[in-house]
Amino acid sequence: MVENKSVKSKIRVAVIYLIVLLLGLSCFLPLWNVVAISFSKSAAVSANRVNFWPVDFTLAAYKKILDDAQFWRSFVISVIRVVIALALNLILVVPMAYPLTKNSKEFKGRNIYMNLLIFAMLFSGGMIPSYILVKNLGLINSIWALILPGALPIFDVILLMNFFLGNPKSLEEAAIIDGAGPFQILLKILVPCSKSCLATISLFSIVGSWNDFYSGLIYIQKPVNYPIMTYIQSLSVDIQEMLRSGQTSQSLANITELSNRNLNAAKIVVAVIPLLMIYPFLQKYLVTGIVVGSVKE
Amino acid sequence: MLKTKKDLTRYSQISYHLMMLPGMFFLILFSYVPMVGIIMAFQDFVPSKGLWGSNFVGLKHFIYMVQLPDIVKVIRNTLIISIGKILLGTFMAIAFSILLNEIRLKFFKKTVQTIVYLPHFLSWVVLAAVVMNMFNLDGPINQFIASIGIPKINFLGNNKTFQPLLISTDVWKEFGYNSIVYLAAITTIDPGLHEAAAIDGASWWKRVWHVTLPGMLPIITLMAAMSLTGILSAGFDQVYNLYSPIVYETGDTLDTYVYRIGLVGRQYSFGSAVGLCRSLVGTILLLTSNWLAKELTDRKIF
Repeated sequence: MVENKSVKSKIRVAVIYLIVLLLGLSCFLPLWNVVAISFSKSAAVSANRVNFWPVDFTLAAYKKILDDAQFWRSFVISVIRVVIALALNLILVVPMAYPLTKNSKEFKGRNIYMNLLIFAMLFSGGMIPSYILVKNLGLINSIWALILPGALPIFDVILLMNFFLGNPKSLEEAAIIDGAGPFQILLKILVPCSKSCLATISLFSIVGSWNDFYSGLIYIQKPVNYPIMTYIQSLSVDIQEMLRSGQTSQSLANITELSNRNLNAAKIVVAVIPLLMIYPFLQKYLVTGIVVGSVKE
Repeated sequence: MLKTKKDLTRYSQISYHLMMLPGMFFLILFSYVPMVGIIMAFQDFVPSKGLWGSNFVGLKHFIYMVQLPDIVKVIRNTLIISIGKILLGTFMAIAFSILLNEIRLKFFKKTVQTIVYLPHFLSWVVLAAVVMNMFNLDGPINQFIASIGIPKINFLGNNKTFQPLLISTDVWKEFGYNSIVYLAAITTIDPGLHEAAAIDGASWWKRVWHVTLPGMLPIITLMAAMSLTGILSAGFDQVYNLYSPIVYETGDTLDTYVYRIGLVGRQYSFGSAVGLCRSLVGTILLLTSNWLAKELTDRKIF
């Protein structure tokens, strides 16, 4: 009876390991497929002979990227955009979060500001009025069209406000007695105490800016000014059309663009590398982000 | 120079307003000015005439919208896709967190977590390429299907398979990341409860059903209430990167429709009208989900 039970539980554990392994592979293999394609000869890719291991291993696609001026232009545009957007996010969010921790007696007007923020989270003008605004500001085709509309992430303001509220009040009171003003309190006490929250906000800002193709699609009409993800999206359009229309591999192989599949795969791999570089940090602050994300009030 | 208390308070007040100022400038410009722009939904908006020079036409665009057969199709698609994602996504995240919690090999657990969280951080531009490679007519999935004797399926170009494809690939992208919050909930359950149940002879399934799941219930309720917010967004990035005219019938959603008709087709007023209706329903959903979250658990979104 007892032995029977332990055999049963061993089988159960084995099945659980197997399912988890399969789910892990289901996430890994499709991504690995792109890597395998990027290292394969284009003929092998066109013939759909590449699954999860490079066929006729070659670095040709990566060598080609080195000379691709537009790829690097878009890459640099995205890097600049990430840096400016991050700086702007922090410059706007950090000072706003502090006064909002006060009650309406300590800071007259606090509730008006708060309600303006909340209403903007609840309701938006929508895609088209935003586009017309950016157009009227003369920002179309400019990098600022990618940065400015998202410069104030309201959710981050509330996140940081709640994080500040979690600090002991005595810390602030002691500083006030020592003669510190609001700016000193914010910069010398609250900011150093909130590193994990600020790290979370920063990392999510970086990932969001890097991955965003939507702003580029809507606000950038000159392909030379595309950020990296919009650029990559624009590449795949031709091939997507062919794949979707369901042509057979024979007729596809005749089309020259298809020989670019390994090149495009290589571009995708290079475009993802910056994210992989910050991924260890992301994982570290993952839980912080989620835990402060659902606020208890 | 002695500062009186009154001076200090005044100084603080001014400082607080100064701190709010830069952010408020961006809030007004990029959130509130477009709200004023909604006026164009009630006009025949012509960009060269501007918001103040265009003719008012009342509810013309709204009446046109209601009569359009497209709009029913688009709303139906949006709801099917988003509700499918919410239901299957929640189930998968919960199931995965329960299974992952059983894993004792630390190295294995860490490796799997690293891999399944990754797709969440990748753009749909990248993942669409991944999905295309996997699901195209000669791709690995179809090679497998053919090897077991089933005819190949054109997943991306077939109205029958497109919605399931959108739902399952979104669940694939997010289940790992979404499981984090459930995994955190499981670890707060008192292990004594499990031991007591085991001594009483409860099988693993029974313990999951009567101990683990009830322990997770508050967080499941909260997440369910919050997911209501997303019911009108079927995910622009995903749909835009995967759809094509062949699958507009089942793949076109509110966001992609407004983009294509309103922005690309330059029907600014009509697009704004559809967008306004979407925003209004979205606001109601957000308020409802916040209220539900507050009633059912003691947390709220804002």
